[in-house]
Amino acid sequence: MAETHSLQDMRQQAAVAAKVFIQRDYTNGTVCQFQTKFPSELETRIDKQQFEETVRTLNNLYAEAEKLGSQSYIEGCLACLTAYTVFLCMETHYEKVLKKIAKFIQEQNDKIYAPRGLLLTDPIERGLRVIEVTIFEDRSLTR
Amino acid sequence: MKNCEYQQIDPRTLVVSPSSAQKHTEKEAERPRRKWEVFPGKNRFFCGGRIMLARQSGVLPLTLGLIVFTCGLFFGFDCSFLVEHLTVFIPMIAAVLFLFVVISLLWTSFTDPGILPRATPDEAADIEKQINTSGSSTYRPPPRTKEILINQQVVKLKYCFTCKMFRPPRTSHCSLCDNCVERFDHHCPWVGNCVGKRNYRFFYSFIISLSFLTSFIFGCVITHITLRSQICKSLVQAIQESPASVVELVVCFFSIWSILGLSGFHTYLVASNLTTNEDIKGSWSSKRGADESGNPYSHSNIITNCCATLCGPMPPSLIDRRGFVPPDEAIPAASASEIELPLFTAKNDAHMVG
Repeated sequence: MAETHSLQDMRQQAAVAAKVFIQRDYTNGTVCQFQTKFPSELETRIDKQQFEETVRTLNNLYAEAEKLGSQSYIEGCLACLTAYTVFLCMETHYEKVLKKIAKFIQEQNDKIYAPRGLLLTDPIERGLRVIEVTIFEDRSLTR
Repeated sequence: MKNCEYQQIDPRTLVVSPSSAQKHTEKEAERPRRKWEVFPGKNRFFCGGRIMLARQSGVLPLTLGLIVFTCGLFFGFDCSFLVEHLTVFIPMIAAVLFLFVVISLLWTSFTDPGILPRATPDEAADIEKQINTSGSSTYRPPPRTKEILINQQVVKLKYCFTCKMFRPPRTSHCSLCDNCVERFDHHCPWVGNCVGKRNYRFFYSFIISLSFLTSFIFGCVITHITLRSQICKSLVQAIQESPASVVELVVCFFSIWSILGLSGFHTYLVASNLTTNEDIKGSWSSKRGADESGNPYSHSNIITNCCATLCGPMPPSLIDRRGFVPPDEAIPAASASEIELPLFTAKNDAHMVG
């Protein structure tokens, strides 16, 4: 249990026991937010606080990406004036934040989730619908 | 059994090198396929998945043809007279407007409108499980709908049988394209694509600039004929000297009504943060007769609504057209990005769907 499993070790050899899906939270409209409710299937694997912290950070990052602020307005107006051709050459603010999110998820997986036999899938790979948490069979536990 | 069943493996052997990946995938399929090639919806892809259209391109060629034809006639026949008698700015303004119209049209037609990828089998199974074991409450909504609260307003989410998921709010399934589209406005045959979250601003730019262009050309052609008839002292002779102008007048006259009407309608929609779909269905029509239209997505004022819809952040495409299909379905999709496959761009570009 104390051994650190690398992500690739796990994927190559461990079997998938279950998958949990964290759904979107629409109480504030169509902005991308995920429910922070702790799923019961993860109770034995990870600390509730830790998990909620991860989801909350993700929610904050997505809120930052979709924020209606001066930066997004400037980007939008510039795009309109150039007949949107800037989208061909420039990376949008949203895409920059998505890269940050991908890095954050990778970090979380490496440091927190992989050692516990869990794997977070980046929501963008699921069309921003769900956060997929894959639970691997933990064969090191006494059965 | 306390000992781990797996042994420590040298990480270097786990790195999937391009050559071994190539051999591995070539065993299973001829070559690694990009996601656009296996896309389940009715769309057509070009340039290796970079450009996409609906299956029925509708009257997009007609739209483009009419615009180019009318502007061509204008530049060819009217501009010389107008430059001579008025100002050189006329063709310049027309050229700028024309470019803006064509570019907006192409952006609208070729951009992913906000298609939601279909649910993976695991997700679909999970949702089915939740529907079947949904708790008993006093009022049981019909199956396949879910009620949620958005900004203190009850909104019903419907289950999409094709995409196997509960549609997010403001999402609708387009039967022509067979896709769920976010913030679905309508499927525009003139543009040959759905108008949704990602390409609404392009569509709006297109109709606004087209309104300006048609009005401008209409005005200029009327001026041209008027000036010419003053010179020849006869309207009939003026028309005989410049027959192309009559063609332009007819085209512009008939388009102006519809285009201006559409622009006005969409300006209203933008200002109240509504979609054509919601407006037609009357989803948020004021039932209470109060000032608030009951639209839970509307911001407090018109300016914010306009800015949010037109100048808001550009959401990314969710369907990842140019990504590679994971070779083994059992491997979680997150690992697909770590297996670096060489780009078979030359081969892929030659393959076009539809």
